[in-house]
This record gives sequence, structure tokens and C-alpha cells, in this order.
Amino acid sequence: MNGSMKQEILFKMKSPYRDDFKIQGFRFGEGEKSVAIVGAMRGDEIQQQFTCSQVVKNLIELEKEGLILPGHEILVIPSANHFSMNINKRFWAMDNTDINRMFPGYDKGETTQRIAAALFEEVCGFKYGIQLASFYLPGEFIPHVRMMDTGFQNVKLAKKFGLPYVLIRKPRPYDTAVLNYNWQIFDTQAFSIYSGDTNTINKESAKVAWLSILRFLNSMKIIKKNIHDGFNSFVLSDVDLETVKSNQAGILYSMNSARDEVKKGDLLAKILDPFTGIVRSEIYSPVEGTIFFSHNHPLIHQNTVMYRIVKF
Amino acid sequence: MIKTIISEGLPVDEQLLIRKKVIQNGNSPKRICIVTGTHGDELEGQYVCFELIRRLNEDIRFLDGTVEVYPALNPLGVDSVTRGIPTFDLDMNRIFPGDPNGHLIEHTAFEIIQDLRGADMVIDIHASNIFLREMPQARINVQMSKKLIPYANLLNIDFIWIHDAATVLKSTLAHSLNVIKTPTIVVEMGIGMRMSRDYGNRLVDGIFNMMKKKKMWTGTISKDICKPILSTTGEVCYMNADASGIIIPSVSHSVDVKKGDLLCQIVDPFEGLVLQNVLSPVDGVVFTLRTYPVVYEGSLIARIFSKNTQIDNGENQ
Repeated sequence: MNGSMKQEILFKMKSPYRDDFKIQGFRFGEGEKSVAIVGAMRGDEIQQQFTCSQVVKNLIELEKEGLILPGHEILVIPSANHFSMNINKRFWAMDNTDINRMFPGYDKGETTQRIAAALFEEVCGFKYGIQLASFYLPGEFIPHVRMMDTGFQNVKLAKKFGLPYVLIRKPRPYDTAVLNYNWQIFDTQAFSIYSGDTNTINKESAKVAWLSILRFLNSMKIIKKNIHDGFNSFVLSDVDLETVKSNQAGILYSMNSARDEVKKGDLLAKILDPFTGIVRSEIYSPVEGTIFFSHNHPLIHQNTVMYRIVKF
Repeated sequence: MIKTIISEGLPVDEQLLIRKKVIQNGNSPKRICIVTGTHGDELEGQYVCFELIRRLNEDIRFLDGTVEVYPALNPLGVDSVTRGIPTFDLDMNRIFPGDPNGHLIEHTAFEIIQDLRGADMVIDIHASNIFLREMPQARINVQMSKKLIPYANLLNIDFIWIHDAATVLKSTLAHSLNVIKTPTIVVEMGIGMRMSRDYGNRLVDGIFNMMKKKKMWTGTISKDICKPILSTTGEVCYMNADASGIIIPSVSHSVDVKKGDLLCQIVDPFEGLVLQNVLSPVDGVVFTLRTYPVVYEGSLIARIFSKNTQIDNGENQ
């Protein structure tokens, strides 16, 4: 018999005048540390917070029905930065530092280093780690699992989320301080789930994300849930993506978005003169494929990534 | 001559322009570069750029080589009181070495590196942030220390801080340049959103001193060049807040303190209570001091350099 879900305060810190800052964890089951799931680490990751809350909701229901399988512990942390979310800031409310550039953290260091250290101590040692991640630029993605090529990644496992794509990418210099990288270095199989949106709630793409997590847990025999198999994920790396950049700046009139299939020569977008409305540039697809990422801000800078297309 | 490194369109009637001033005289191929304004709220480097160029213009005949001055690597940030890159909310000094095929800002970072590549020396001037005041100091990765310390010694600063390899951030401009064998020294001094003529003049004197040693300058130099303390002759002690509250300082920046001296108090103005008396754990010099009064648990209050202690640290550049 599984124990019932425990809602715990994993980290608490006083603020000079605001309410206490608390990181809350929702712990399900007992036994092997099977999976840790982390939601919003930035204040604009509302979709990530929402998705994680739906994972918690589903796990509560599964637990009531005895469908969290014995011998597994699941820890879900929906929010690690609501001090910023509550005041519409992206990074840490006081000094604008990014918690997801502070891992593995330092418990005697600066505030966000301490938060990262406390968070990492809680989520370290799990067999699998799942982060609901966001991209640093405005745009929309096809839902996918992202892994870093650290030499420890397991692509077969990533496909069990049943999302359309698994993207393997080479770590960049800043990646050594992010959660995903440090999880892998400390022997956790780490996956970042990109549902497509960030500072808004898209119920459809959020559902794709939370169902993918439940599918993974089901596949790994951590929970028992009737769920379809999802996609036979296509595995790609950065070189498989064709980048389309803006050759002008202006108002972006986009005709295509993530998930759209396009042919070579299709008109993807127009860039308009912001004063006269005259078309400055028409952007055509250089390849046949599926749009993996699309810039979705109405203004566009010159020489900016507008689309990334998975080539057929 | 002013050269444009980057010119990219912004959405409405404006170009993103990153420019450098090139001052050249004589036949020497030697080139030093002064870069600043990576963080839009760090302004100490602005005075250095002004004063360096002013003095060079006044006595250009003594220059043998090229001095390139980049006052604002992040012009949108400097001109809008924004530390990061406006609209992207990104720290520009965490995106190097950039990516020629990446987004505008990654492409920009890449082009900056290409432009600085091959310089005989790059001085990357920073001014802490709005929270902390810093003594004029150089920050050097231990792996580059043998090559860079002799030059940092010439810069008329107070302190050279050698960082362990494990604590060096690999996505900075300085690290990315040093990796491609373009020697780069980070200078930190002063405090964000402010400018100190005294610190600026000192560093300009130091840059001329360095140019003299590199045989790029035959004019006069200051005779009053400070010899910096080297961090490896002692230990750096970090003081972080144990409580969240408001700081009331008890010491000034750059002073010598004794073990047990009161550095500041963290207080609760609501209750009239002292939450923490922050005492110096060592004898030493306060080379970093918090000036912004609001603190959370963990906020850095001070760094003290002590010649006599062994202290366990683990912080970043």
C-alpha cells in the first residue's frame, strides 16, 4: 500500500517585507527515488507551472486509485520562483539572477545559489529527472524532449515520452550551470520537456506535456495508467534543423507557426515597414519540412532566427 | 576613426549599432582593446573611455600602435539603464563566444569575439552591480595567471584576484577570448549606476603604464603606480547575510578591519530589532562592500582579503 501524498516545504527563506519564500514539494509513494519533476524556475514560466500542477492533480487521482506502483517515490516541485512570478519578473526578484544558471548551487553563497543548492539537494539522486523548460527567446516550439549530449544521455528513454521529437544538442558554455546538465553529471537521466509556450497558458500544448510525463511514468512502470503510446519520436540534433533568419526588421506578419508542414518555396512570413505597411521582405521556406520553432513576437529584429525547420 | 562592428535593424526605424573608436599612430602592429558597457548599468568604464581617448588625442605623437575603445558592447542597455540586453532579458556576459548561425544576440556576441581576436591585450572593464562597491581589481582565471599577472600588475589597481578553474564562468567575454589566446584581463571597480573620476583616472594611468611597458607609448606616465595585492598571498573571505532585512553599515569600503570588528548590522525596521551583527572573521581589507541596504538570506555583504587565514570558499567570478 502506498503512503498518501505528502506536501512538504523543501526550502524556506524570510524576506524583509514580503511573505516567506517557500519551495513546496509534492511527494508520492515510497521506495526507490524514481523520478523528480521540476516546474517553473523562472517567473514567466506560467505554462510550466500549470503543466506541473496538472501532473500533481493526476498523480493525486492515481494515488487514490492505488495506481502509483509500490516501491517508487515521485517528487514534484511545481514552482521554485514564485517570488518573481507573483510580480511579473522573469528572474530572481531581488537581483535578477537566473536560478537555472546556478546549479549545482552553493549553500553558503548568494541567495539564488542557495535556492539552487536546496533544490538540487532535493532532486539529486533520483533515477529520472524531468524539467518543464522554457526557451530564452520568444517563440513557439513543437512539443519535444530535449537532452544534452553529455555522453550520459539515453535516447531510448527520451522516446518513451511519446512526443513528436527528441532533440539532442551539444552543451554550450552556460549549460554547465543548468539543472539538466547537473542532473546528468550526478547520474540522473535528465529530460527537459518543451511544451511550446511560456508566459501564457496553452491548454492544448500543456496537456500534451503532462500526458507525455504520465506516459513516461507508465512506461517505466512507476504508475499504471491507460494511455496511448503517443508518437514514435523522431530523434534529431541541431544540424538537422534548417534555420531561417530575418533579412529585415519590422512588423512580422507570420503565415506559419510551429507544427506546420511546409514545402520548399512556401511563403512563411512577411516583414512590413512599421510606418507605411509596405512589404519589406517576404520570407520563403528554403526546404520541405515541419516547422519546429517559430518566432511569435509581432516585432522582428534583423538577422534574428524566425523559424527552425525539420527537413524531410 | 569610429568603426561600426554591428549594424542590425531594430523593428522601428533604428539600428542596433556597436561601434569602436580606433586610434592609431606609428608603425607598430601592436593593438590593445578597451571594452566596457557589457552590462548596461555598469558605467565606470565610460570615464575611462573618455579620459583615455582625450589623453591620446592630446599626445597622439607618443603612440606607436593601435588603441581600440569599445565604450558600449550593449548600447541598448547603457542607453536604457538596463543591465542585460533589453527585450531579451539576457545577461550579455553569459552568451559568449556566441554563434554565427544563432539569434541576433548570439551572432552579435560572435562578431564581437571575431573583432577582438588577435589583440595583444584586451581590458574588459566592469563596475560590479548596483549592490556592491568594488576596490579596483583584476580578476584572472588561474589557468591564465602566469601570462596575465605581469600585465595586471601594471594597471594601477589595488588587488588581483586569481580564480580557481572550477569557479570560472565559461560563457564570459574574457574567458572566450583567453581560450582563443587573446589575452584578456577583467577589471572590476566601483559600483553600478555610478562613476568615480578617481578610479577612472587610476585605471587610465595604469593603461598608459601598460602601453609604455609594451613599447606602444613613449610619452610620460604617472610615477604613482600602485602595486596590487595578489590574492594567492592570502585568502578571500566571503560574508553573506544570515538574515533577510535592512543593512546598516559600520565600516567604509577599502578599509582595514580586525577580526571581530563590526562590519554592519542587519536590522528589522518593523520591530526595531538587530537580526545579525556581522563581524569580521579575520584581519584584512574590505575589498567588496554591499551598499544596497535590502538583503535576503545569502546576499553578499562583503569580501575581505586576509593574508593570514585559510577559509573555505566556493564562489563564482
